[in-house]
Amino acid sequence: MTTTRTDSSPAPAAGRRSWLREHSELGVCVMLLALGALVLTDALTMDVDITQRGPVGPKTVPIVVGIGLLVIAALLAVDVLRGGRGEAEGGEDVDLSEPADWRTVLLLVGIFLGAAALIEPAGFPVAGAVLFWGAAFALGSRRVDRDPLIAAVLSLITYVVFDKLLGVPLPGGPLMGVL
Amino acid sequence: MDAFNSLMGGFGTALTPLNLLWAALGVLLGTAIGVLPGIGPAMAVALLLPVTYGLDPVAAFIMFAGIYYGAMFGGSTTSILLNTPGESAAVVAAMEGNPMAKAGRGSQALAAAAIGHFAGGMIGTILLVILAPTVADLAVDIGAPDYFAIMVLAFIAVTSVLGSSRIRGLASLLIGLTIGLVGLDQMTGQQRLTFGSLQLADGIDVVIVAVGLFAIGEALWVAAHLRRGGAEPIPVGRPWLGRDDVKRTWKSWLRGPLIGFPFGAIPAGGAEIPTFLSYVTEKRLSKNKDEWGKGAIEGVAGPESAASASAAGTLVSMLTLGLPTTAVAAVMLAAFQQYGIQPGPLLFDREPELVWGLIASLFVGMVLLLALNLPLAPVWAKLLRIPRPYLYAGIMFFAAVGAYAVGGEVIDLVTLLVIGLIGFGMRRYGLPILPAVIGVILGPNAEQQLRRALQISDGSVTGLVNTPFAVTVYAVIVLLLAWPLLKLLVSRRRPRADA
Repeated sequence: MTTTRTDSSPAPAAGRRSWLREHSELGVCVMLLALGALVLTDALTMDVDITQRGPVGPKTVPIVVGIGLLVIAALLAVDVLRGGRGEAEGGEDVDLSEPADWRTVLLLVGIFLGAAALIEPAGFPVAGAVLFWGAAFALGSRRVDRDPLIAAVLSLITYVVFDKLLGVPLPGGPLMGVL
Repeated sequence: MDAFNSLMGGFGTALTPLNLLWAALGVLLGTAIGVLPGIGPAMAVALLLPVTYGLDPVAAFIMFAGIYYGAMFGGSTTSILLNTPGESAAVVAAMEGNPMAKAGRGSQALAAAAIGHFAGGMIGTILLVILAPTVADLAVDIGAPDYFAIMVLAFIAVTSVLGSSRIRGLASLLIGLTIGLVGLDQMTGQQRLTFGSLQLADGIDVVIVAVGLFAIGEALWVAAHLRRGGAEPIPVGRPWLGRDDVKRTWKSWLRGPLIGFPFGAIPAGGAEIPTFLSYVTEKRLSKNKDEWGKGAIEGVAGPESAASASAAGTLVSMLTLGLPTTAVAAVMLAAFQQYGIQPGPLLFDREPELVWGLIASLFVGMVLLLALNLPLAPVWAKLLRIPRPYLYAGIMFFAAVGAYAVGGEVIDLVTLLVIGLIGFGMRRYGLPILPAVIGVILGPNAEQQLRRALQISDGSVTGLVNTPFAVTVYAVIVLLLAWPLLKLLVSRRRPRADA
């Protein structure tokens, strides 16, 4: 929230940059193009040595999907250049008038990966509590007295309910070994 | 009355104390999660999938039925008390319901919605009991080409009926189909898009895809644009209706299902269109036209009843043809696949206990819903006050539980996050989520049917269109595809209103 955008570049570069920002949806086209190329390459380099039953082998559908991706990437690019825009999704808690808050998103991604790394060595109750508290913190909750407590209780109850009552195994970790 | 006997057998299954408990738990959980702002029925069902992993299929689907109806009802509570519908089907409930709540008639609005759900669900489920076995009987002879045609219809319907841009819908579908390709080819065991990785050879679990796109994608998207200081919910007491209100609404409750049920059964976007049609119909028939827009109770009763009946209609095509017409049905289909059960015409023969237990528990669930939700409404209303950081942290937490529970592997959590980021990007650039989910779930199946059909016909393309059923379905597809052209021809005669 505190970062301010400093734009010291000369006018033409700024113009190009704002054009790119306005047409950032072209990035979606590039992704679709790349995905299409990937699917096609994978399909075409497939060596089908297994005796094939029927005329349509494992290659056909990937080739169709790959070509479809390339075609749709091109069509989308044309649409974007002609002024078409994908409408960003609204929602109850979504305020689209503000620019995207990337810091929160990156923080959430980091916390999620951290919790995923913790789940095996530390067990689910610890990793789950870290995930909940961390995510709540990233989203702006600063109640240091309440947040960790809620996180710990939620994680522990979830562990007990799933692992013991519903028969869905979750790793308890060393902490549960002690208790 | 074969269906009647089967249904009675179903009640025998559904009314055992343990199954009754699962149904009640499903209704409570479904409503609680559905009431939470920002969580629509599809995300609610996806998040609650892991709860059923440890159960046997019958219990799991009985619980699911409760979750489905509970989540739909919960969504309308949010609309009425908060005026910020989380999903398109609940938009209509907010149009008259929220003004009612503002005018101090929130209790009546909630009661009209709850009884509307009950009436719509009851009528819809009765129609389901009558129609589903017939449809299944008619469809029991359909073969590979027919299945393939149905799935193509599903693909075309989700990309061109819903959403504002066909190109973006198709892009989303293709992303889904690509994810569905990952893994071993079902017919030859050929590795596809696995890049030599053992993890990817198993394919990407549809539950992880659904939870990633619906839950993680949504949480990240909201995190990027979190509204500071959102709307305050309107406090509400115990729902009740006066004699005058009942007199005004009973016809609306009965009319709603007539509109809702058929629309639920066809791939036309679920409850969105019928709720709106019901709203328009009620407005036209209303004697108190001046009240509309300021809180006309018929405008809550009719659409809510239509929405509930459309959920029952959705189940007809889902159970008898394996054709999901809404996001919730798509997630439920994924749940069926988890148990290795393939919905379709044979389901009624192969798994009668499951199907009729499920249908009977829909009735049970509806009664429980009415009995629980009228007294509990003030409690549900309190859930609307949940601080947003806790809400979205909780969504990520339970999404992680669900993905980890699929196979107990950390790598699944990474996959979940990657798919969540794809969901984030799709929301940013207006790619609809549903086509991708349908693509992942139906894609592999469609490919198998296509190849089977062509094997039978020895490679001749005519093998895809050699049954009257398939030809009919393709005719419908052509109509769907031609619709914008027809509309263009019509609108060209009139001056264009918008650019």
